[in-house]
Amino acid sequence: MWTGFPLFPEAASTIASGVDLLYLFLVVVSVVFSVGIFGAIFYFALRYQRKTQDEVPEPIHGSMILEITWSVVPFLILMVMFGWGTAVFFRNFHPPEGATEIFVTGKQWMWKLQHPEGQREINELHVPVGRAVKLTMATEDVIHSFYIPAFRVKKDVVPGMYTTMWFEPTKVGKYHLFCAEYCGNQHSGMIGTVYVMAPPDYEAWLAGAPRGETMSQAGERLFQRLGCHTCHAADRPGRGPVLEKVFGSTVLLADGKKVVADEMYLRESILRPGAKVVAGFKTQMPTFQGQISEEGLMQIIAYIKSLESKERTTTQ
Amino acid sequence: MNAALAPPPSAPTPSETPTHYLNASYGFRSWLLTLDHKRIALLYLASITLFFFIGGFYAVLVRLELVTPAGDLMSAENYNTAFTLHGVVMIFFFLIPSIPAVLGNFLIPIMIGARDLAFPKLNLLSWYIYMVGGMVAAYALFTGGVDTGWTLYAPYSSTYSNSNVTATAIAAFITGFSSILTGLNFVVTIHKMRAPGLTWFRLPLFVWAHYATSVIQVLGTPVLAITLVLLILERSFGFGFFDPARGGDPVLFQHLFWFYSHPAVYIMILPSMGVISELVTCFSRKKVFGYGFIAMSSVAIAVLGFLVWGHHMFVSGQSVYAGMVFSILSFMVGIPSAIKVFNWTATMYKGSISYSTPMIYAFGFIGLFTIGGLTGLFLANLGLDIHLHDTYFVVAHFHYIMVGGAVMGYLGGIHYWWPKMTGRLYPEGWARFSALVLFVGFNLTFFPQFLLGYMGMPRRYHAYPEEFQVLNVMSSAGASILGVGYLIPMIYLFWSMRYGRLAPENPWGAKGLEWTTPSPPTTFNFDETPVVTEEAYEYVKEEKH
Ligand code: HEC
Ligand code: HEM
Ligand SMILES: [Cu+2]
Ligand SMILES: [Cu+2]
Repeated sequence: MWTGFPLFPEAASTIASGVDLLYLFLVVVSVVFSVGIFGAIFYFALRYQRKTQDEVPEPIHGSMILEITWSVVPFLILMVMFGWGTAVFFRNFHPPEGATEIFVTGKQWMWKLQHPEGQREINELHVPVGRAVKLTMATEDVIHSFYIPAFRVKKDVVPGMYTTMWFEPTKVGKYHLFCAEYCGNQHSGMIGTVYVMAPPDYEAWLAGAPRGETMSQAGERLFQRLGCHTCHAADRPGRGPVLEKVFGSTVLLADGKKVVADEMYLRESILRPGAKVVAGFKTQMPTFQGQISEEGLMQIIAYIKSLESKERTTTQ
Repeated sequence: MNAALAPPPSAPTPSETPTHYLNASYGFRSWLLTLDHKRIALLYLASITLFFFIGGFYAVLVRLELVTPAGDLMSAENYNTAFTLHGVVMIFFFLIPSIPAVLGNFLIPIMIGARDLAFPKLNLLSWYIYMVGGMVAAYALFTGGVDTGWTLYAPYSSTYSNSNVTATAIAAFITGFSSILTGLNFVVTIHKMRAPGLTWFRLPLFVWAHYATSVIQVLGTPVLAITLVLLILERSFGFGFFDPARGGDPVLFQHLFWFYSHPAVYIMILPSMGVISELVTCFSRKKVFGYGFIAMSSVAIAVLGFLVWGHHMFVSGQSVYAGMVFSILSFMVGIPSAIKVFNWTATMYKGSISYSTPMIYAFGFIGLFTIGGLTGLFLANLGLDIHLHDTYFVVAHFHYIMVGGAVMGYLGGIHYWWPKMTGRLYPEGWARFSALVLFVGFNLTFFPQFLLGYMGMPRRYHAYPEEFQVLNVMSSAGASILGVGYLIPMIYLFWSMRYGRLAPENPWGAKGLEWTTPSPPTTFNFDETPVVTEEAYEYVKEEKH
């Protein structure tokens, strides 16, 4: 593994080269400014070195023109940096449509990954090259941060919420996966490997990897076991609202507000049912806080989401 | 060596030692119950130096562990404790008090022509509070330490860590009050006790910088105190402020923490900038270029500094738009910082530049602060920070500013005012030599960390992949040079207190009221209240030449 003395990380995602270019721009600006300032200091120090002990130079009070110049010019350069950086950030923030979804759970001190088709991995992530991947991430304990330097992506995984990130690998290979947010004793052991594979290899891996049920099947099983179905029958209203097609829809709440039912909303509805009550219903749903693991929760949500697509397949 | 150091005829000769603040009284009580701001400054000097070496000891452990990729020198637990204690001790017990409590305490009253600070008893109380906080920290440290990182992020700190978080939080809480009281004392003193004729715009820039710092201390530190109280309540009594299972929010902790701790980084750097303004004018023997701009940029930094805390949280799940606002404001902080650097450089233009030790520190400061500030722009940049956040790039950035900037300024100031504080001159040759050793050691330690950061090495890692080893070895090698660089001044400064040549009133030919008092000054600084008739740094040719 001794790869000599590398100074630049490998660039293996669609955004990596954009980040590197921005980095080089800042490096160039920094070098120009530093050389200017250091050069001036060296030059003045040599040129105006004190010759006699009692010499007193002529005072200079300052210069408005200079002050304005060296405020405005840096300001303009900083705004270029800001605009460029924000553009890169936006690109990094919004996952493209149709990205493959993978679910990540951080836990002291390992990464657990689930593929929708049911494959599960620990501290390893297999993805195909050239396809966008969206990660939905949760943690079972403290804050972690999912970091793949070769892709130039990083996102904290925060208790009580889902965070998401995405990337599209461009190069087949093995890359580091790190936990970047200090999370206790074995923080530096919370690492893994991302395998970017050519599509045929990836298909072979998918086929070969042990898989039980798909995520939504597992979710359905939990749904039954926890008794959700007693109030939420899939097709007819019961004590609770019908969950079919709820994902992505706009839900009217009892207090008159409207929310879009995304993963965060479903999660909150399950863990803190009283927080957002659906219009026309009472707060009858018990909290499931502490009874479902983060992974289980992701499975239930995958199941609720699949209720929508099942519907779509039946109408086709 | 340097003819400017030759005592002028009026300098006291060893045979007739006049009374001054050091020999005015003797014995423990005379120090521990003193109300003299100069003695209190020395009490602080001794205590923060002690903490500096404790913090340094932990840094040595960290750097030794990182020589090899495997975590083999100590357990992960001990490593985590080492970097946490290093950060906690260096920030709360060394760097925040350093320049204000030592140099500010000593000099502000003298620089403004006053006999003492506005509230001398409060000043002594500040030191006692600091020491009590220090004792609690020492207790935390000897009973197993703490392993949360100095940032104490919840819920690791509030629920998961088994280490001494509560004691550490109490220690930081207590010292916070010493910081608040010192800031309050400075604000009142600067408002109320300036000598006749000393208008705001005649104040030395050192005083302006401390004024801005004090305002931050007074306004910001209570927020830290509240944050720590919430943390202690949650940890000890099970409140749920930061626990989502009980309706809390872990990110709230980060907001509260950085609302104080970002301004706190300016508590550390502004006083140092004040020192550099003094050094550059004195050793260029020239009026400072753009006085008003340097003074106002301190104020601008203090104000803007309160509005950028979210730049520590670009990847913590905050909204894109919040990220944009914090990013643009962070870029704005770069401007007053740059204004200072440009004005210092311009002050040297057509000056009369001496290469005395304090000026060498000033050169070092400007160079290293420039690099630290420029790399801050990388981190303020949303697109780049995603990659750089929580890597060694951040570690390098803040060490360039806090060690390369703040500590260089502190040492430069200590050398510059040493003759005034002790009445003795330090050995110039050794001093220049050690300043160079520090500069070389510093860069070798921290420059490789920028490269490591961009390569993707996360911070706070006990073990790391092998390809990062070369740069880590360079960094550890640099750290050993840096260590030597700190030890040499310790030795010769100590030595000079007894054996150094006697210092004249004004060894550097500097302007400023402190140089009109004897070295060392008498207990009440001035026999008569001085009257100020000119602006700061009015260097003029003497008629007789
Ligand atoms: C005792 C009956 C009951 C049980 C058991 C129950 N729920 Fe509910 N659920 C409700 C009621 C009533 C509502 C509407 C009021 C509200 O939003 O709290 C609701 C709302 C929801 C919503 C929001 C629906 C929307 O249309 O916005 C989701 C999602 C949900 N439940 C999921 C679950 C899951 C998953 C389980 C099992 C772990 C479960 N529920 C168990 C009664 C129940
Ligand atoms: C030019 C002005 C500056 C800018 C634009 C700037 C920007 C930043 C940014 C954006 C971060 C967060 C990086 C991250 O965690 O991803 C950061 C971290 C930090 N900066 Fe600065 N900075 C500046 C000046 C300073 C100064 C003056 C100091 C101290 C004296 C300082 C000390 C720190 C510290 C201590 C951290 C890291 C804290 C931690 O996570 O432990 N910075 N800086
Ligand atoms: Cu982790
Ligand atoms: Cu900051």
